[in-house]
Amino acid sequence: MLRYIGKRLLIAIPTLILISIFVFSLQKLLPGDPALVMAGEERDPKVIEYIREKYRFNDPLPYQYFYWVNGVVHGDFGMSLRTNQPVLTLIEQKLPVTIQLALMSMILALLIGIPTGILSAVKKGTVVDYIANIVALSGLSIPNFWLGIMLILLVSVRLHWLPASGYVSPFVDPWRSFATMLMPSFVLGSAISSAFMRHTRSAMLSVLKSDYVRTARAKGLTETIVVLKHAFRNALIPIVTLGALIFGELLAGAVLTEQIFTIPGFGKLIVDAVFNRDYSVVQGMVLCTAVAFIVMNLVADVLYVVLNPRLRDTL
Amino acid sequence: MKLKSLAFALAISAALTGPALATDLRIGIGEDPDALDPDQSRTFVGEVIFAAMCDKLVNITPDLTIIPQLATDWNWSGDGTELTMDLRKGVTFQDGTPFNAQAVVDNIDRSQHLPESRRKSELTSVKSVEAAGEYQVKFNLSAPDATLLATLAARSGAMMSPTAFKKDGLDFANHPVCAGPFEFKSRVQQDRIVLQKYPGYWDADKIKVDTVTYLPIPDATVRLANLRSGDLDIIERVAPTDAQSVKDDPSLTYADAPGIGYQGLTININNGTGAGNPFAKSNLLRQAFSLSIDRDALNQVVFNGAYTPGNQPASPKSPWYDQDLPVPARDVAKAEALMKQAGVDRVDLQLTVPNNPQSMQLAQVIQSMVAESGFKLNIKATEFATMLAAQTAGDYQADLVGWSGYVDPDANLNPFVTCNGGINDSKYCDPALDKLMQAGRASTDPAARKKAYDAARVILDRDLPLIYLYHPTWIWAMGKKVTGFVPYPDGLIRLEGVSKS
Repeated sequence: MLRYIGKRLLIAIPTLILISIFVFSLQKLLPGDPALVMAGEERDPKVIEYIREKYRFNDPLPYQYFYWVNGVVHGDFGMSLRTNQPVLTLIEQKLPVTIQLALMSMILALLIGIPTGILSAVKKGTVVDYIANIVALSGLSIPNFWLGIMLILLVSVRLHWLPASGYVSPFVDPWRSFATMLMPSFVLGSAISSAFMRHTRSAMLSVLKSDYVRTARAKGLTETIVVLKHAFRNALIPIVTLGALIFGELLAGAVLTEQIFTIPGFGKLIVDAVFNRDYSVVQGMVLCTAVAFIVMNLVADVLYVVLNPRLRDTL
Repeated sequence: MKLKSLAFALAISAALTGPALATDLRIGIGEDPDALDPDQSRTFVGEVIFAAMCDKLVNITPDLTIIPQLATDWNWSGDGTELTMDLRKGVTFQDGTPFNAQAVVDNIDRSQHLPESRRKSELTSVKSVEAAGEYQVKFNLSAPDATLLATLAARSGAMMSPTAFKKDGLDFANHPVCAGPFEFKSRVQQDRIVLQKYPGYWDADKIKVDTVTYLPIPDATVRLANLRSGDLDIIERVAPTDAQSVKDDPSLTYADAPGIGYQGLTININNGTGAGNPFAKSNLLRQAFSLSIDRDALNQVVFNGAYTPGNQPASPKSPWYDQDLPVPARDVAKAEALMKQAGVDRVDLQLTVPNNPQSMQLAQVIQSMVAESGFKLNIKATEFATMLAAQTAGDYQADLVGWSGYVDPDANLNPFVTCNGGINDSKYCDPALDKLMQAGRASTDPAARKKAYDAARVILDRDLPLIYLYHPTWIWAMGKKVTGFVPYPDGLIRLEGVSKS
């Protein structure tokens, strides 16, 4: 198992290098000059020239790339052109926020999505199934920004139950941190839970038709044990795949939700950095996100093996 | 179940409402500022923070008169090339460094010579600064420059602790030290900036809150919702479309001030590949275009009438506005006549606009208005950084672009229209105009300056390298607990006298 994980991590290195080259080149293809944006409204030519020199915008692209990689290898992700803060500090500030939001959304999504999925598969064709499907479809179709603003207006402005937006670290005030994150996690989680519900339902339906489930029932096991122990465990594989992908996406930041609830996470920072042509921030963040994706995929692969003993032989 | 959820909600709200900190003022700002260093800063919203953190040599009143702040008095030499300022005594920076003439000299030197300084172009007329006594400084100018006082009322005049910037260099932005009423406490990018009262402030009696927290909330609707829910005390830049609902809300207070900035079209007259079309060549066509726009209707349709229609860099409410050239009424017949005189009956023109909904809406209203006179406007929506690069390179025909505005009229016009102007992306050039702009800068007598700018206005109204559309109004909203807020036309939030009960 450990050898397997080690091998997977080694394979990840060329992937990361490819991603970083890709992001680096794509950024340079964008029209718009970072020096011009950074120079401010007055755009003093001397300042523009100075910025170009300082951040090596005048050097050939491969040079610029190697300067950057050399820094990253030595733990220096560069400085934000916009605020003069080290990119590493920014990542340190944003990562816990994004992880918290991703975890809470994911837990909410799983808590809602999987039970409704199972229920709707077991009660296929009944009123329960139809209602669950309609709710899931609405969850997928309602845009995040609309749901977010409506929730703020109802829960915060009218009922005063939860703070409208902002972020509090769980290490400072765990209760308030939970309260501020509840609405954004629900907005993000509701759409994801619908996806989980749909996938759980279809996976369960196909498993419930299989021979071993019939055998289990024939043995006289109770329906609960048949559904939860025999069927669900086997239906989990596609759900794990989906979950890992979605969690990776969540770690890349949720731009709209972050913007509406003013959560200082990854998404907003990357978007702002792209608009300001803050190259070093974009590169640092994308690299970080890429690592998150690779790790999540690895976690999914390991989970497959845990869930399905048959796969252990293939290692 | 129902009872449970109710209890849960009650528990949350009880935990959150608890005993409120009466003296923390929470301000919702429209975007996250860039570097918190008056020399490096380039965004408007950065100035909003500096207004609480960094006192300047001079300040302005709501009617844009220059008044003392860290300088108590000043005199111009007869020929206008020397400005002597007396400084306030007993002032200390927030790290205890005393404020004196040497500190001013060091500050101006940093603004002029720090390679990253964005203030250089504002201070080009300053040849040298010297300490004429412990509390007196003398600015020696290379040529008379009446705009200098207004410049020193903004970021160039913001005084930072020389001890701090000599030690920290560029890193000053991450823990700035100034001489204003509030000192820097902490910042988390895109989340909050916290300032706390500086006990040693020279005018401490006017400061009525203990801490100020600025929260960047980019969406105007969400900003307002946060104010309504009580999470914020003051918000800036309320959307003009929300102005009425704020006025109607008994739990909120509304405040506004006519802005000193403008929004308009910059026309490529002679800059690279984008020039050379009939619109660039013929001022008659540009006059026709300007006459085809109903500026009042534009303001009503896009901004619910909250802004001020305009045709000059100064708003009609400004003392610098030329009353002899009022905002023209829409006149399609005259526009058509001008086109005929120019020898065309149809003009194709590409207008580049930033890709936000409001700019798009504005462009579409203009598009339909000018179509009646025979202009076929092709709207090209572009992300802002790309638009800026194309504009500088001359790869545009007309751009919809605004200017946040300065107190002095020179700074709102000179860089755009003089032959060597720093932001003259039209590449419009008329030596006669340059001479008038020079005269406007050389005199310190407002009446003489106004005369020069009015004469320049006549030339610019004829040639129209820029077509002005409107002047934004600054709109603030605040909870009833907040009192003492005074709106300023520069859009900044000055906290002197502001209290929260």
